[in-house]
Amino acid sequence: MVATRRSAKANASNAASKDDLLHFYREMLLIRRFEEKAGQLYGMGLIGGFCHLYIGQEAVVVGLESTTKDGDQRVTTYRDHGHMLACGMDPKGVMAELTGRSGGYSKGKGGSMHMFSKEKEFYGGHGIVGANVPIGAGLAFANQYRGNDNVAFTYFGDGAANQGQVYETFNMASLWKLPVIFVIENNQYAMGTSLKRASSTPALYTRGAAFGIPGEAVDGMDVMAVRAAGLKATEHCRTGKGPYILEMNTYRYRGHSMSDPAKYRTREEVQKMREERDPIDHVRDLLVQDKLATEDDLKAIDKEIKAIINEAAQYAQDSPEPDAAELWTDVYA
Amino acid sequence: MATQILMPALSPTMEEGTLAKWLVKEGDSVTSGQIIAEIETDKATMEFEAVDEGTVGKILIDEGTEGVKVNTPIAVLLEEGEDASAAAAAPAAPAAEKPAAEAKAAPAPTAPAEAAAPKAAPEVPEGTKFRSQTVREALRDAMAEEMRRDGDVFLMGEEVAEYQGAYKISQGLLEEFGARRVIDTPITEHGFAGLAVGAAFAGLKPIVEFMTFNFALQAIDHIINSAAKTLYMSGGQMGSPMVFRGPNGAAARVAAQHSHDFAATYAQVPGLKVVQPYTAADAKGLLKSAIRDRNPVIVLENEILYGRSFDVPELDDFTVPIGKARIAREGSDLTIVSFGIGMTYALQAADELAKEGISAEVIDLRSLRPMDTETVIASVRKTNRCVTVEEGFPVCSIGSYLSSVLMEKAFDYLDAPVLNCTGKDVPMPYAANLEKLALVTTAEVIAACKAVTYR
Ligand SMILES: Cc1ncc(C[n+]2csc(CCOP(=O)(O)OP(=O)(O)O)c2C)c(N)n1
Ligand SMILES: [Mg+2]
Repeated sequence: MVATRRSAKANASNAASKDDLLHFYREMLLIRRFEEKAGQLYGMGLIGGFCHLYIGQEAVVVGLESTTKDGDQRVTTYRDHGHMLACGMDPKGVMAELTGRSGGYSKGKGGSMHMFSKEKEFYGGHGIVGANVPIGAGLAFANQYRGNDNVAFTYFGDGAANQGQVYETFNMASLWKLPVIFVIENNQYAMGTSLKRASSTPALYTRGAAFGIPGEAVDGMDVMAVRAAGLKATEHCRTGKGPYILEMNTYRYRGHSMSDPAKYRTREEVQKMREERDPIDHVRDLLVQDKLATEDDLKAIDKEIKAIINEAAQYAQDSPEPDAAELWTDVYA
Repeated sequence: MATQILMPALSPTMEEGTLAKWLVKEGDSVTSGQIIAEIETDKATMEFEAVDEGTVGKILIDEGTEGVKVNTPIAVLLEEGEDASAAAAAPAAPAAEKPAAEAKAAPAPTAPAEAAAPKAAPEVPEGTKFRSQTVREALRDAMAEEMRRDGDVFLMGEEVAEYQGAYKISQGLLEEFGARRVIDTPITEHGFAGLAVGAAFAGLKPIVEFMTFNFALQAIDHIINSAAKTLYMSGGQMGSPMVFRGPNGAAARVAAQHSHDFAATYAQVPGLKVVQPYTAADAKGLLKSAIRDRNPVIVLENEILYGRSFDVPELDDFTVPIGKARIAREGSDLTIVSFGIGMTYALQAADELAKEGISAEVIDLRSLRPMDTETVIASVRKTNRCVTVEEGFPVCSIGSYLSSVLMEKAFDYLDAPVLNCTGKDVPMPYAANLEKLALVTTAEVIAACKAVTYR
């Protein structure tokens, strides 16, 4: 299952084929349904702690993943479920990690915010705001050290963009021409603090200007726009021109984490986004309008995804808790 | 009146240096601030300026002279109208830069000889030849050997490449390994520590040099949250095979923000390994092991020890296992446990106590995590008394941990409470007298040893 989703990636050119659109639709829907299910399981007490859902932001990671090639790495924050699914990690293993079971990617020891897959070059899942940014540059450093043309995709939020270490990293990445794409997922809020209340400039893509890093603001609700920007950025990085900043303007529909009173924005604001800018509806409309897919085709995809998610949820509940002996393993290699 | 120009101390820990070059000759007149000589230490070459105007009456130390002790008269400066005969009677004038004048009043102790010939450590085969090396050279050799051995090992940090290391530990590495593997970073501890963690996640083996561990506080999030915890949080999938190293603890007269000893702090963190060598041999052997280790290892060095010489085994590939203590001196009346520069006080105390007929066994922990408590317990079962020595703060110290271990594992063997000699529970003061009071002293160690032996 995982393998076929990987090979179904969009082709390398800019133009969106029917297959590309269907692929995007499918991937985004997988994330959306996965997150909805995670929300339900959380409500049932099967998932604990912090759980940050990616609903609304799906186009960002799906669009960018379509520009990756083998050996490219990705690293992100605690809002990481979508990134893991998009890079081909198994929904069962991700969901079982959320429920803290032995079948999870980290054997239940990492949880929602700390998951990794060496195999898929997914380097976490980091709970400390901003910390994954220099780590991403370090992955890019390794590519340069080894002389390959791989790129490290480093995702972080609008709030994280105010962390000092981000600028330390920008400086080194530009100084050393590291092949890293800084993807600022600007969902307009850092917990309850809107961008306006936290940033001296609304234009986060210009934050690299002082370091000579090109930046671009992208409609992060439009997967094709994301993909186009991603192709440009990856080309820049792969040809040794150094880092690139993509500010993805996006929106999260749900609370910051599961326990969010959401007093900082109006219901209408969220509703408007959902109705007018939803990234999945957008692709769905394109597919239907251009007669690239029938309602029946799309229903079949919905059904297939529902099955995958149900299977993941079932697995996440059936998988046993980690053996008590696991307490003491993996402290040292 | 003629004045003597004294050999300057160019850094807080400098004890001697080479008078590399005179830029003036006898009879030249000099102005205040004029560069008159180049002084070289094992860390740096520095220009030395005249503090007064006058005429160079006599040059007392020829250029090229090595091992000129700080405060030795090196030249005589004559005032207007004086002739060279005045030079003989010249009183000393303070050297231009002498930040450590007071602390230097008591000469820094040299490494006391360990009782008898150093017992061959298990890691050194019978018949091995030794040669004298400074801790600084030993650390450099360790890195160079490991970098030759493994192309994934690289060094990054502030001033490690072109400047040859702030404390000259990385001397010659840039020349041998090139800028790809010996990397000068901007002053950006948080950033480059995180970057190195990322490189380690990707399978490289970074050595991160901190100019001192005080500055690693800006990076401690990556050391602890990113490097130490990821193996566990990833269920064993990915870890951080890397080394964080640099000088730790008090240097001399650099005050609170530059004197912090982090041994106990890092020793607390699961996922990290922590070593703090005392001898040059251990510095070399432990650093080599640390570089090969698949976990993040904190290598705590000490600026004052960098220039001290010890016997280092001449072996092609000498490593010291992490997690094994070393019995530095055998004894029967009590056990003194220390590590790093604390060993200086421990060994001096043992020497003094021996004169009074008290036989102290001295254990050098070398590794703080994992800690070889078994060696300590075995020793205390024999001696029935224990004193711990460290420069760090007393609360939740290495010594307090050892005390609890001994209470648990050797309670019935103890004939006296375990005493901890530590640095005082205050930020490090600057004033020379206060700094002396803040640090642990040999006298305090001796007093503690007498207390536990009821002498
Ligand atoms: C260093 C640090 N400070 C604070 C927090 C608590 N915290 C977690 S997420 C978050 C908001 C981050 O917002 P943003 O970067 O915009 O990402 P988003 O959650 O919107 O994806 C905060 C303050 C943290 N995890 N780490
Ligand atoms: Mg945000």
